[in-house]
Amino acid sequence: MPDWRDQIFTALKAAKIRQVGYVPDAGHARLIELCRAEPTIRAVPLTSEEEGVALAAGAWLGGQRAALLMQSSGVGNCINMLSLTKICRFPLLMLVAMRGEWAEFNPWQVPMGSKTQAVLELCDVLVYRVERLEEAAETVTAALDITYNGDLTTAVLLAQRLIGTKRWVK
Amino acid sequence: MIANDRRLDRRAAMRTLLENRGELLLVTGLGSTTWDAAAVGDDDRNFYLWGAMGAAAMIGLGLAIARPDRRVLVVTGDGEMLMGMGALATIGVQRPPNLAIAVFDNGHYGETGMQASHTKAAVELTGVADACGIKAAFDITDELGLSKFAGRLRNAATTLFARIAIRADEPPRVLPPRDGVLLKNRFRRATGIEHD
Repeated sequence: MPDWRDQIFTALKAAKIRQVGYVPDAGHARLIELCRAEPTIRAVPLTSEEEGVALAAGAWLGGQRAALLMQSSGVGNCINMLSLTKICRFPLLMLVAMRGEWAEFNPWQVPMGSKTQAVLELCDVLVYRVERLEEAAETVTAALDITYNGDLTTAVLLAQRLIGTKRWVK
Repeated sequence: MIANDRRLDRRAAMRTLLENRGELLLVTGLGSTTWDAAAVGDDDRNFYLWGAMGAAAMIGLGLAIARPDRRVLVVTGDGEMLMGMGALATIGVQRPPNLAIAVFDNGHYGETGMQASHTKAAVELTGVADACGIKAAFDITDELGLSKFAGRLRNAATTLFARIAIRADEPPRVLPPRDGVLLKNRFRRATGIEHD
């Protein structure tokens, strides 16, 4: 059985995702590496997550599908830009690596992490949460389906428990 | 408007950029540049922003990557570009050869009461673009520079940036459609994208 991150990558490829915008996060490191190495995908590092919402809109205008990878702290940066996907009904999948929850070491991650899902839902983003490894790929595939069947914005939250606790002291 | 202000007229500048546009795809920023494009003439291949301030350049990037067969022009204002200034860094890394970004710089937030913007006081956007790796960055202050840039739009081999100094005036508003779904779908249809 391949690693769950490799399975998510396979799901993105199967859905013909052609552009992947990302702000690095340790939880996404493997997925970013796979996207960067994939010739059918243009991986675009962003300075801030809201750039990725606009990137995906442009991609769609040009006939390509895009996904956006970020940490939960980046969701707050996207709020106004999500008006673009809502008002124009641009399809977009956001993959969000959670911080500020399971055994979080850094309390500064908690204010945004604890509000990430609520913020997305206030912005009318459909939210799916993955707590178990075996659910990751099928959840991403289901989210991609509903995204492109309905021209909707969706987010898959990858729980911190799933990603693993960041080790601060070596 | 000051009588001896020799900076470019924004409507005339937009007309010059879009003259004989051919297959050029246009993205405009929230506010005056959207009215400028509509004043030149509404076109299905224009994608106007009525909100999402700071998005224009990044929409241009996503579009340019998706459509390497077409030239993509983003025209936005100094305030809109300042809000999304990180996009210049992101674009500097990607540098699609078919993308051009033109900033109409009047040093003011025209839609909100003509408050001074950062470019009036200190910030040089051409220098920012250049420092971000967009080396074909031009500071344009006259007709000749503008028409040279309009020519480069057609056949440049690298990402272009231009900061175009325009007068801080407010010509009458010309409003294009504001239904986002309509703007999106007609753009895709006009550029040969089937529904997916």
